[in-house]
Amino acid sequence: MALDPANIGKSFVSDQTYLVGREKVREFARAVGEISPLCHDVAAAQAAGYADVVASTTFPIAITLEIVGDFVTDPAVGLDWSRVVHGDQRFAYQRPIVAGDELTVTTVIEDIKAIAGNDMITVRSDLSDAAGAAVAQVWTSLVARGDAA
Amino acid sequence: MSRPTLSTIAVGDQLPEVAVQFTRADLVRYAGASGDLNIIHWNERTALAVGLPGVIAHGMLTMGQALNVVTRWTQDPTAVVDYQVRFTRPVVVPDNDEGVTVTFGGKVSAINEDGTVKVDISAVFEEKTVLARSSALVRLS
Repeated sequence: MALDPANIGKSFVSDQTYLVGREKVREFARAVGEISPLCHDVAAAQAAGYADVVASTTFPIAITLEIVGDFVTDPAVGLDWSRVVHGDQRFAYQRPIVAGDELTVTTVIEDIKAIAGNDMITVRSDLSDAAGAAVAQVWTSLVARGDAA
Repeated sequence: MSRPTLSTIAVGDQLPEVAVQFTRADLVRYAGASGDLNIIHWNERTALAVGLPGVIAHGMLTMGQALNVVTRWTQDPTAVVDYQVRFTRPVVVPDNDEGVTVTFGGKVSAINEDGTVKVDISAVFEEKTVLARSSALVRLS
């Protein structure tokens, strides 16, 4: 079943903020092999001018993936998660994410298209801090294999 | 090794390769850290049932590990201001102690007017590339 392009532009603000935890930053960095002291050692991060440890670059996916998954599989959008593969992924930063940041996540459907019988949906999540300033953007493109594939 | 700066690098510079071993334990660790508990990343029975050749690594684990080529070069993860990839092939991880090896490389492909530097990233598993259009934008002093 093809996704309806009328959903492009649909957006959603998460009702809970995400509090970036020091141990989660360390745990995620270990899991992706990021050994920089800035991601593990509070003193090193503070010496570099940060309030606490700094999240590794792909950390925001731990915030956004579940939000995006819930959003696009909602019956209103209708993506079949069992057919989904991850197509593209991008992160853009205005500033590093630091433990202690309390982030608001706003998610918008940027694009929906059908390619060779597969549905492709691109979703952008905007992360902003407690002061309302933009911190990072996360683009996730998902491909749902069509019935004929 | 000193940190790279705009005056010490040139387009075409190759970054040191990083070879990473992926085992089932690494997939489980990433699942826990990221919250991505998709069953195809740890359960062979389910992976085979949905038509995969076996348990596969999270694309996001590959993406995260690939960036280490860049951050070990910059020696500063906060230098990365933009990072994108396209996932083209799965990394199949067998149920043994050795796992599999993915080799990551990087090359300076552009030095921009605004002082950012584009690094193209390669990821090779079993002699085939698993990431396409993969690049990071880093800010160097």
